[in-house]
Amino acid sequence: MRIGVVTFPGSLDDRDALRAVRIAGGIPVPLWHGDAELHNVDAVVLPGGFSYGDYLRCGAIARFAPVMSEISRLAGPPDATAPGLPVLGICNGFQVLCESHLLPGALVRNDHRHFICRDQKLRIERTNTTWTNGYAAGDEIVIPLKNQEGGYVADTATLDRLEGEGQVVARYLDVNPNGSYRDIAGVSNASGTVVGLMPHPEHAVELGYGPGTDGLCFFTSALQGVLSA
Amino acid sequence: MSNDSISTYGSDLDAALDGGSSLTLEQRSSLDTVDRARETPTVAQPWSELGLKADEYAKIHEILGRRPTASELAMYSVMWSEHCSYKSSKVHLRQFGDKTTDAMREHLLVGIGENAGVVDIGQGWAVTFKIESHNHPSYVEPYQGAATGVGGIVRDIMSMGARPVAIMDPLRFGALDHPDTLRVLPGIVAGVGGYGNCLGLPNIGGEVVFDPCYQGNPLVNALCVGTMKHEDIHLANATGEGNLVVLFGARTGGDGIGGVSVLASETFDDNADGSSGPAKRPSVQVGDPFAEKVLIECCLDLFQAKVVAGIQDLGGAGLSCATSELASAGDGGMLIHLDRAPLRDSTLRPEEILMSESQERMMAIVRPDDLPAFIGITSKWDVEATVLGEVTEGGRLVVLWHGETIVDVPPRSVAHDGPVYDRPLARPASLDKRQADTADRLPRPSTDHELAALVLRMTGSPNLSSRAWVTDQYDRYVQGNTTLAMPDDAGVIRVDEESSLGVAIATDCNARFVALDPYTGTQLALAESYRNVGVAGGKPLAVTNCLNFGSPEDPAVMWQFAEAVRGLADGCQTLGIPVTGGNVSLYNQTGNTPIHPTPVVGVLGVMQDVSKRTPSGWRSSGAQLFLLGTTRDEFGGSEWAWSEHAHLGGLPPTVDLEAERSLAELLIAAGTDGLLLAGHDLSDGGLATALVESCLRYGVGASVSLDAACARDHVDAFTLLFSESTARVLVAVQPESMQAFTQACEGKGVPVIALGASGGEALTVSGRFSLPVEELRAVHTATLPAVLNS
Repeated sequence: MRIGVVTFPGSLDDRDALRAVRIAGGIPVPLWHGDAELHNVDAVVLPGGFSYGDYLRCGAIARFAPVMSEISRLAGPPDATAPGLPVLGICNGFQVLCESHLLPGALVRNDHRHFICRDQKLRIERTNTTWTNGYAAGDEIVIPLKNQEGGYVADTATLDRLEGEGQVVARYLDVNPNGSYRDIAGVSNASGTVVGLMPHPEHAVELGYGPGTDGLCFFTSALQGVLSA
Repeated sequence: MSNDSISTYGSDLDAALDGGSSLTLEQRSSLDTVDRARETPTVAQPWSELGLKADEYAKIHEILGRRPTASELAMYSVMWSEHCSYKSSKVHLRQFGDKTTDAMREHLLVGIGENAGVVDIGQGWAVTFKIESHNHPSYVEPYQGAATGVGGIVRDIMSMGARPVAIMDPLRFGALDHPDTLRVLPGIVAGVGGYGNCLGLPNIGGEVVFDPCYQGNPLVNALCVGTMKHEDIHLANATGEGNLVVLFGARTGGDGIGGVSVLASETFDDNADGSSGPAKRPSVQVGDPFAEKVLIECCLDLFQAKVVAGIQDLGGAGLSCATSELASAGDGGMLIHLDRAPLRDSTLRPEEILMSESQERMMAIVRPDDLPAFIGITSKWDVEATVLGEVTEGGRLVVLWHGETIVDVPPRSVAHDGPVYDRPLARPASLDKRQADTADRLPRPSTDHELAALVLRMTGSPNLSSRAWVTDQYDRYVQGNTTLAMPDDAGVIRVDEESSLGVAIATDCNARFVALDPYTGTQLALAESYRNVGVAGGKPLAVTNCLNFGSPEDPAVMWQFAEAVRGLADGCQTLGIPVTGGNVSLYNQTGNTPIHPTPVVGVLGVMQDVSKRTPSGWRSSGAQLFLLGTTRDEFGGSEWAWSEHAHLGGLPPTVDLEAERSLAELLIAAGTDGLLLAGHDLSDGGLATALVESCLRYGVGASVSLDAACARDHVDAFTLLFSESTARVLVAVQPESMQAFTQACEGKGVPVIALGASGGEALTVSGRFSLPVEELRAVHTATLPAVLNS
């Protein structure tokens, strides 16, 4: 299974995401922001970092990268019921997905105004997605969180709809680290192929490097999902 | 590659080679050329305003056989400043080389003198690391000062051919409750974080120290470590006549013009209102971490493509420094068309361009045949690259401005042959009085109840409380190789993913010890850093340093400096590890009051398998706790004397480097053999602090008895808990490994005594007191947020 990881100028966790794909048993494929060719990948990870310096607004410039037009086209509109190209956006990748309108809502500056790096407890809320099908609903996991603009916001109607349709993928437990509405750490599109997540599962895939291996299942889920699709 | 991008590369190549235009008559008439300097030998020049002394200005005349042009004067003034020339410290720093034996050079691939030293860690891997200061800019503009401090040291590491893989930041501030600390600290922390986080470099440790001596002069030191294969080592030299000199990265602007000479050579009091002439603009550089991140990846691609013959970063003194240093280290000649330099501000004069400290710029020496490939790579990363000139024979650095010669100098005279001062030294008269005022007179707790209250107060004191408010603003996980970071004793990162080969790094300095006795105090900084690396499991290989002192023109400060350097050089010789590089920061003072001498010492160690590293706390119950080393009644300069009694007097603890070496060897072997569950060095706050921190690390308590250790060392419980005797470590051992461990201790001659076991929800000192872990945590974590979130 080929999983592409996009490198934008300013991407930071791209090599980490490639490593996580490899450890999960997939074939990691580096993708370049300026190249719309996806090299026959079965799924894509948009990694963490500061794409294009996050100037203007996080993810706002990355949205217009040639690679993103192709990814957006293949991923399909957020409300489509037919599954498109699976995409996992982590941290900055989540911001890019929101800016690209592949996911609803937006990410804003943390409510306490500081960058925060911590081992974060989450509850997995939705498991019928490409990226979380290996978890059980209600699973509690600990993976690193590190962001400056991680507060998930949307209007009440959108939040209610996300909750009602079961599109909240993960929620913060114990501490809401950034002021996200309704403790939301991650959301998905309607079909469950596109997932955005603020914390970093790719930093919890190896014992001894990070808080544990709770994040690995995001990548093994995708391999499983792609295989069975 | 599409045709589009080929044509883009083609036009970038044309742009890189674009020649300059010619000057108007008016522009030419205002230009100070070499010819004009010959014609007008007596014209008055602002050498004094630029920080040069009369004899230094005279020496420039002598070197050139004429007066310098304005551009030459700018170059000499900035390169002969204290910051760039090390003119006051050079005579002492020689000891680092002189006291390095051949045996100590065993692992040294590149020594002192290059941008950073390089050490062989085996399996074909090399590691480079260095600390630098950005103290004065960070006081003026905390965010940008700290950010560009990180940026500068990262470029130093890049210019060795390495991928930067981690940073650490030893920081020192005035009193926590002082209003100006609230101005300075949040900005500096946000600057270190904002820049480092955007570069994708894990921040794996450092220090945060509060002391009123830093109130008007905080210290912002930044360490960077990089890794490379041996064959990828690059050096800063310009060889090969006809090779091209390429400037790439950000454009040159007006920021930081004269920043080096103004901010690092004189105190802020001079010219604070800018009244005495336009040349001294106290401007701090502005950083763009995105540009630097792209530059890092671009450089790594350039190195991999083998299209870089020599490379140098542009830091302090900008183009003046890069051109003169590259030329001096190579064939000795260089021709530069300065008007080709891409500018952010087209009104900049040539001497300003030469002095500008605009960030995120690099200079490479490129063989002409490699230029298309070079430009192809810079274009891929959208990095602007310009051919400024070429390497020449003849030993002259010549700079042209629209065809007119504005600089014609021997490059060594700028970069290396600056003035050297053997400044007067004098042991301060007040030191005898201070050393005689020992901590013996201070009241000590007399009951167990007072002892327990003291443990709580010390746990929440500004210097011992949790640093999480600061360190949580740094990304410690990016790159996926971090296996220990703050609050553990050392930062440990994996270098090779296949073999788990890695390095451990720590930085330390207790400046109060150095104030009491600079020679011993500096060795204590070395000892602590060395011990921290050993505790984590690293075999110490190399030392870097950042020597933060007051004015060298003060004989008492110069004596402190000389003693500190002598102490460090002697200590390194005893431990058998070389100094591979470092940085000197002088004039750290407010008015006539210098900071405590603060020689921050960084030690780097190698680990064959970083998965065997030892964390600073125990995760489970039943681990057997031992105290290694001997405790004496040593409170001079201690955290207890300072935070409880505002006392600084007496002598610092005894240093015993042989004991440190045995201890480190024991801990490395025990860690490798899997005997250790945890290890934590005893330093500030002594055993009490180590016990508290080890309990708090994973929230598991401990029950200990002090009686046996007190009886063996003939000290009371207070002394055992709070003395800062060195060469001591608290360890947690698997019960089944106890015998093997104590035998190993005996084999190394390391004193060992059982304290008790981990477990429970409290730190219990049997027969004396019990403090719930949650209460300790509440006290430990409350202090910084209470002040900094207010």
